[in-house]
Amino acid sequence: MKSLRHLRSRLRARTSKAVRVVAVSAAVLVAMGAGDPATRFSKIGHRMMCICGCNQILLECNHVGCRDSDGMRNELMASLTRGDSDSLVEQGFLQKYGPTVLAAPTTDGFDRVAYILPFAVLILGFGLIVLVIRAWKNRPAPAIADRLRPVRGPKLIRFRDQARQETDL
Amino acid sequence: MPVVGSFALLLALVWSVYCAVAGIVAAVSKKDFAAPLTETARRAGIATFALVFLAALILVIAAFENDFSIAYIFHHSNRDLPAPYKFATLWSGQEGSLLFWSLLLSAYGLVLRLRYKTDVRLFAGASVVIAAVQVFFLLLLTFAARPFAVMQGSIPPDGNGLNPLLQYPEMVIHPPMLYLGYVGFTVPFAFGLGALALRHPGEKWIRITRRWTMVTWGFLTCGIFLGAHWAYSVLGWGGYWGWDPVENASLMPWLTGTAFLHSVMMQEKRGMLKTWNIWLVFATFWLAILGTFLTRSGIISSVHAFAQSSIGDWFAWFLAISLIVFVVLFFKNKSQLRSEHKLESMVSRESSFLFNNLLFVLLCFTVLWGTWFPKISELLQGNKVTVGAPFYNHVAIPVALLLLVLTAVGPLLAWRKTSLESLRRNFMWPAIGAMGVALFLMITPQSWGSPFGLRPWQDISYFYSLMAIALSVLVILTVASEFFRGGYVISKHTGQNAFASMVQLIHRNTRRYGGYIVHFGVVVVIIGFAGAAFNQDKEQEMGYGDKMSIGAYTLVCRSYTDDDAANYASEWAMLDVFKGGNQIGSMTPERRFYKASRQTSTMPAIRSTLDEDLYLVFEGLNPDNGHPILKAHLNALVMWIWIGVWIMLIGTVLALIPNAPASARVAARARFSPVHAEPVVTGD
Repeated sequence: MKSLRHLRSRLRARTSKAVRVVAVSAAVLVAMGAGDPATRFSKIGHRMMCICGCNQILLECNHVGCRDSDGMRNELMASLTRGDSDSLVEQGFLQKYGPTVLAAPTTDGFDRVAYILPFAVLILGFGLIVLVIRAWKNRPAPAIADRLRPVRGPKLIRFRDQARQETDL
Repeated sequence: MPVVGSFALLLALVWSVYCAVAGIVAAVSKKDFAAPLTETARRAGIATFALVFLAALILVIAAFENDFSIAYIFHHSNRDLPAPYKFATLWSGQEGSLLFWSLLLSAYGLVLRLRYKTDVRLFAGASVVIAAVQVFFLLLLTFAARPFAVMQGSIPPDGNGLNPLLQYPEMVIHPPMLYLGYVGFTVPFAFGLGALALRHPGEKWIRITRRWTMVTWGFLTCGIFLGAHWAYSVLGWGGYWGWDPVENASLMPWLTGTAFLHSVMMQEKRGMLKTWNIWLVFATFWLAILGTFLTRSGIISSVHAFAQSSIGDWFAWFLAISLIVFVVLFFKNKSQLRSEHKLESMVSRESSFLFNNLLFVLLCFTVLWGTWFPKISELLQGNKVTVGAPFYNHVAIPVALLLLVLTAVGPLLAWRKTSLESLRRNFMWPAIGAMGVALFLMITPQSWGSPFGLRPWQDISYFYSLMAIALSVLVILTVASEFFRGGYVISKHTGQNAFASMVQLIHRNTRRYGGYIVHFGVVVVIIGFAGAAFNQDKEQEMGYGDKMSIGAYTLVCRSYTDDDAANYASEWAMLDVFKGGNQIGSMTPERRFYKASRQTSTMPAIRSTLDEDLYLVFEGLNPDNGHPILKAHLNALVMWIWIGVWIMLIGTVLALIPNAPASARVAARARFSPVHAEPVVTGD
């Protein structure tokens, strides 16, 4: 019993260490790939909307003679050249153009609900299904008759058909 | 002509009302006249089709005859419009598309009413529901969105023309496909509601509507992807799906319809999930109408602004009334929806269907939630927000990946109960194969192009892409293993070659193996979606001889000029395309100016290969020097999407083919595998 507990605690410690190593490595690698200005321009530009009313992502607005998208792209490039951080760039756009300039709700305040609710429904639905399956499984099975006799003839054919239908064969 | 058209619609409304009312009276009455009344209702339904068809025909003839005295023709056609687009005028605007919707509904009703002998009572019930829906659309056409409204004052010499974005060959077939899908879901709903209202015993409505649902699902799938292909080929922003409310509107009923196609098997085979299925089929119908409400009411802003109008109130009322009617009938008759069997194990085909349905419905909820969130935010916070692609990528992709896991595991599970040992045995090799592919994609150099060199730690989009491809491979391997296992058994007993054995396998259970082919098509589409992580784009001004490089391609501007056709004027550039130093072709992106509507439209040039699309857009001319400005996109794996859709449709058609007769199958089985089973036992 004691050795089992020891084994479990060792396993937990190792798992926790492995998770930490993976998380730190991932963070370092993500940070390494995040500095390239062209990548940042593309990433942030795809998180913004063009405000001309076309309902398109800033870097995808292809309206001929669009008066807004070119200016916005230049502003974005200027911010990145200045060395502004991603959040600073987004804040700047938010203040200038309003909340509709961001292509997705923020993760602050009420906007957070947009992200939380679908996953909450997923967890709720998952739990509900598990409960339903458990409840169904725990229903008492119909009592088996004491005297059984073999089935033959048309009844047997009917049972075979049913089995075939239920098992797809 | 407009008078005849209006009168036909008015008369159709009268017959539809009669069909619905007489059908209801006949259903509730126990008297002798019930049977003849049902028959007159059926005939009135058939007459409705003839009248709506006449009205649609008149509108099409008016388009071909350039009858600009009809306001609809004036707004959506012009003299120089090519003939196929004149035909497409029928569904190009608000009033015409509602007439087209009504025509399709009456056509579905016609087929149903002609096949009434299958089950007179059940078909009469379904006919009443269809007639009631038809009444709504005919009321709209008669009072709110009149396709035959005439122009005031003098008749204009020419029309405004068709929206340039709609002047593309796929636009002639995309809306009909989509509408066939939307409207088609009325049929399973009508049978479900009819069976519920009449307390019709058994699962007959499920068996009757199985084919209807699959055909409808096939049309909707086709419609959605034709729309995606149209967006890709015409809109010129380099993508195929923008999460616009109109696109979302088509996706929502597709998701619940797909869930229904899966869960209906549990009712058919095991008599389970009856309540869930009736709600699912109602939700699918309701979401199709809700989508129309969203896109035509103007309540949610969309790029499809041409479809906005003031008929939203009508749709809102119809949605409310249909919900109330359904809820009342459900609570009145829910006692007949009790499950006949119980679920026996968490590891079974049944439970996989439950989780599958949960994920489909959750995806639908996510799309609905994302579509409405700007409005909710405006109401609660006072400021509108945008819910675009980044939101859906963040929320929907993880759920879709879970769904892929289920798609892989589900077919390996048996009905009732599966042992973990059997699951491990069947699942081990596909899982090892999928992990091997993932590892290979991670360690290969990025210079190999897409989808190689996927480093999931560099970007979340790479992580999703890798997961999507690995899970798709898992699905393909499990599907393949099912085919090979089944084919091997047949081959062993009959001596046929592997291919003939698999053909026989499919023929023995077309629905099951057709379904697997649909799954295969779906994962091919998903691999295509996964390619989006590798997309690149570049914009440049291109004078004579100027070069632009993107990916492995080099583009050289050979010439640029303009042209003039009857319907439009155009500007275009011709570019030579080089890869690895060799010229592989020329491309001519174009920008058109449509004279009648005075609108501009881009016509991208696309060079498609299996691994990537080179996509060029003529963005305009530099006003200072007249040089064209071009945007080049390199979109990875897009062709996989279109190939996958074809596979899905082939699978759907296969699933519709009847199985080989059971007697022949039993005889064949008896010939090569004699049964040595113990006799089945039962109680007295």
